[in-house]
Amino acid sequence: MINTGDTAWIITATALVLLMTIPALALFYGGLVQAKNILSVLVQCFAVACVASVLWFLCGYSLTFSGTGPWIGDLNELLLQSVERGAVHPGLHIPESVFVMYEMTFAAITPALIIGAYVERIKFSAVLLISSLWLLLVYVPVAHWVWGGGFMAAQGALDFAGGIVVHVTAGVSAVVIAVMLGSRHEFPHGIRPPHAPWMVMVGASLLWVGWFGFNAGSALSAGADAGMALLATHLAAATATLVWMAIEWIKFGKPSLVGAVTGTIAGLASITPASGYVGPLAAVLLGALASGICFVAVLLVKRVWQVDDALDVLGVHGVGGALGSLLLPFLTILPGGVALKLSVGAQFGVQATAVVITAIWSIVMTVAITKLAAWTVGLRVDKESETVGLDFHAHGETGYHVNR
Amino acid sequence: MKLVVAIIQPHRLDSVREKLTAIAIAGLTVTEVRGYGRQKGHTEIYRGAEYQIAFLPKLKLEVAVPDSRVDDVVSAITEGSRTGKIGDGKIFVIDLEQALRVRTGETGDNAL
Repeated sequence: MINTGDTAWIITATALVLLMTIPALALFYGGLVQAKNILSVLVQCFAVACVASVLWFLCGYSLTFSGTGPWIGDLNELLLQSVERGAVHPGLHIPESVFVMYEMTFAAITPALIIGAYVERIKFSAVLLISSLWLLLVYVPVAHWVWGGGFMAAQGALDFAGGIVVHVTAGVSAVVIAVMLGSRHEFPHGIRPPHAPWMVMVGASLLWVGWFGFNAGSALSAGADAGMALLATHLAAATATLVWMAIEWIKFGKPSLVGAVTGTIAGLASITPASGYVGPLAAVLLGALASGICFVAVLLVKRVWQVDDALDVLGVHGVGGALGSLLLPFLTILPGGVALKLSVGAQFGVQATAVVITAIWSIVMTVAITKLAAWTVGLRVDKESETVGLDFHAHGETGYHVNR
Repeated sequence: MKLVVAIIQPHRLDSVREKLTAIAIAGLTVTEVRGYGRQKGHTEIYRGAEYQIAFLPKLKLEVAVPDSRVDDVVSAITEGSRTGKIGDGKIFVIDLEQALRVRTGETGDNAL
């Protein structure tokens, strides 16, 4: 039976999650690139959201949420043909149409997160091809494993809003694409700083608000779990922001805006898998740890590995999502947490297995997808086009016509 | 006639304008430019990575003056722009062959 309160909240949450991709993530990433590439990032986010939506309609939803096979769903909901007007999603109190649409916004943002790895040098055709294949070959199966009744769900893996399904898949795949695509040609010593830190802050703020829909919406009802997820999400973000600022203040002498809002996103990504399962104290602790660990991860990827994951998708999203997924069992012990079906140790084992299998699957499939893209449409623009900038090269536009 | 060209710190523009107004200099052209001198740019840190900013934002001022006013103008700009720190800029004085006021057709000192 449809519950109007649940339905109203999930429709609202759907709008909030779409807002995370367009324009929040687009602005967050757009401000971090050079002025000559701003439009390319905005177009990429916008187009990936649209491509993912249509693929979700074609077969993505069906393969994720129809059928409970261990590996992949079935094709009964191809073209959403059985989504009738009065259909209620099994086990919930919201219309099937709303469930399809809510989950569609997750399918839209996950491939869009990967954009941060390949900005400023990739071909637009490669973005579309890689994002499409990636949605179907990485996101859809993993979402089915964890949320669609697949083998990870059967083992009892917990992922409230997508630490594994969204952030680990995107973060790990991002670094694979960055390696295969190669660095921006000025990397590491000649790269230019973010062209608009204020825009990064606007994007991060919108992401923060949108994340309420992402995490509290993942309760799929308007009740106690949604409320606690909302509280935990906000506290993790606030704490992580302060800790990242403190780290920069101590290490570099000044707390930066870009650093502060990077901490925000690290906190939000980390609380995502745990949000509905833990209480406020756990959220504060996780937020604090998130900034410390993600700060080190960003330096590790860029400085030690010398991989040009340009906007730190692995360091911030992947590591954050994995951290929350792994610490979740321990954090449930604190006040406000849920009672686990398994022991804390056993649950940790399940979580770690899920993270590792997801990471391995993401690496293998992303290597295959990226190779296919390299053989067909090609991956990179030539060096001169990279110097000119992707805005004019790929889209024939210029981001800022100022005094010219 | 001379053309006084000054490269100054952007935040010193108002005080330079005040000094020039105080000695009754009527015309000033300002351009936003980027460059470096001995200061050689600076470093900014984003997400722990250091970025070399080789070209810093500066303003270029151009003032055309009769020969008799050059010393006053140079001192006014110097007073207005100096902070005593590295990066305060430079002043160049260039011979100016001709000047013409477009509206009236006046030339030479009368056009300034």
